[in-house]
Amino acid sequence: MIEATALCKRFGEIEAVRGVSFVARDGEITGLLGPNGAGKSTCLRLLYGVLAPDSGNARIDGLDIRGETSAARAHLGVLPHAAGLYGNLTARENIAYFAALHGIGEERLRRRTGELLRTFGMEDYADRRAKGFSQGQRIKVALARALVHEPQNLILDEPTNGLDVMAIRNVRDLLRALKAQGRCILFSSHVMQEVAALCDRVVIIGHGRVLADDAPEAIRARCGAASLEEAFLTVLGDAEGVN
Amino acid sequence: MRALFTVFRKEFLENLRDRRTLLSALIFGPLFGPLLFGAMVTRILDQSVVESDLPLKLVISGAERAPGLASYLESQGVKLRRVALSEDAARGAVHSGTEQVILIVPEDYAKRFAAGAPAPLLLVADSADSQTRKIADRAKAVLANYGSGIAQRRLQIRGIDPLLALPVAVDEIDVATPAARAVVVLGFMTYFVLFAVLMGGLYLAIDSTAGERERGSLEALLSLPVERASLVGGKILATCAYMCLALGLNLTAFVCIFHFVPLERLGMSSNLGAATALGLFAICLPFVPLGAALMTFVASFTRSYREAQTYLASVLLVPTLPIAFASIYSLHTKRSLMFIPSLSQHLLMTSVLKAEPIAWADVLVSAAVSLAVALILMVLTARHWRRETMLG
Repeated sequence: MIEATALCKRFGEIEAVRGVSFVARDGEITGLLGPNGAGKSTCLRLLYGVLAPDSGNARIDGLDIRGETSAARAHLGVLPHAAGLYGNLTARENIAYFAALHGIGEERLRRRTGELLRTFGMEDYADRRAKGFSQGQRIKVALARALVHEPQNLILDEPTNGLDVMAIRNVRDLLRALKAQGRCILFSSHVMQEVAALCDRVVIIGHGRVLADDAPEAIRARCGAASLEEAFLTVLGDAEGVN
Repeated sequence: MRALFTVFRKEFLENLRDRRTLLSALIFGPLFGPLLFGAMVTRILDQSVVESDLPLKLVISGAERAPGLASYLESQGVKLRRVALSEDAARGAVHSGTEQVILIVPEDYAKRFAAGAPAPLLLVADSADSQTRKIADRAKAVLANYGSGIAQRRLQIRGIDPLLALPVAVDEIDVATPAARAVVVLGFMTYFVLFAVLMGGLYLAIDSTAGERERGSLEALLSLPVERASLVGGKILATCAYMCLALGLNLTAFVCIFHFVPLERLGMSSNLGAATALGLFAICLPFVPLGAALMTFVASFTRSYREAQTYLASVLLVPTLPIAFASIYSLHTKRSLMFIPSLSQHLLMTSVLKAEPIAWADVLVSAAVSLAVALILMVLTARHWRRETMLG
């Protein structure tokens, strides 16, 4: 479970995140939806602890990400916005490096890598250097890298960015499979269809604030909109009016 | 600690697969110095051989007008080649470089010589060319000797003691030992050693910091449950490993080069054997973590490979400055200078190469100061990595 409580973060004059609170539950896929520059990435960075909030806190399975960083991160897999690989290492070695940094032993590593390579259909290029990988192949390796320690919680920053249709479907299937295992998945996106197709719960963010936090269907119904996309625009439009 | 070694192993292996790193760290860096040094020393030796050992060769025009002079020159071992050239033709020949130095005996030489008036001689040379200048200087010295011999005989004939014409007698005492003359050359060698050490770690320091950011792997790395100090430590340790390899290769290459260059002529301890090389390695070793920490620290602030290269180019100049000062002020090994890293290594290495005795305390001070500065830089680097701005 991932909990954000009254998170605030400013960069100089800009208030990027202004009191964001929400909960992403186990066995659910939670989508963080918002236009570009709404503060999604900053929110996620506060949640996985590479940024420190000015106030408020973030908890992973009840562990404070700033106070108990290592313990909290052991429960967390992260796919940042920039998910680059080490070009001179093979796919397998890229995964193994992160596994070793998580303190995973040789035997468990071999089993986990085998599983992940199979799940993602990466066996063909597992032992090729990452230098020449396609965007889809790169994302898969980065995802496998984030999942190697079998984290209960997963944070993904725009995981389907730059992927083709086949690869997007691949990622979706994978996220559903993880959800079925009872894991907690939080991902950000600015693509409506993505959120509608995957999420049990949507947190809409605009100007650093939570504008809506509910099941997609409930948000649509509340706005009286025909589609989620329309509802999204209504919610954002109301916020514009308020501001 | 385990994370530190994980990072170390990964950085070490990853860069072992990078052709650019290998080329600059383990080939260009270590071999550039020894090859250039070998060429330089060989040339210096060649020149000193030309100066003293080989007979002076002189082109002379109109020798038939001064048979006495010609036979004197030949008696002094000067190899004369007789030609007939006008003054203009001689100027042209020297200017174009077809001849180096030409001595012209003008037509009125014999008449004036017989009359006891100053007899003219023309020495055509190009002072902009250091090689012909040396030949001209030697020719002038021989001609001056001939002139003063003639003068003394003329005085004797007139019944005057020739010593009266020598009111003072100057004796030159040159205290420069061959070893002292070699100091400049040694300065070059120690610079190449320190240069090779830094080059060895340059690309790794960039790749493990700015490279990590440029390829977008940094944020994922920073999201792991690993102490930032362990990440920085592993990266600096890997950089150190490459620098040690480069240092070892560089010294090995120097040993090989020194094997072929007769250094005893420059007054250096004649064989840089395995023992001396090991001594130099030990002296340089504390400079390795200092250089690694410095480069990693600087590169941590840059956003891209290119930016890091620009900044680190100036870091590569760091070891030159103290060495330049050392040769300008002709500094020698002394305790107070052991507190300046790179200068202390330079002075100690120079002492070892000159086979001078060195004090263990000096070596210890040099090592302790370098390691202390390295530690400070490592702490500063780790602190920077803990900042949010590290994400870029």
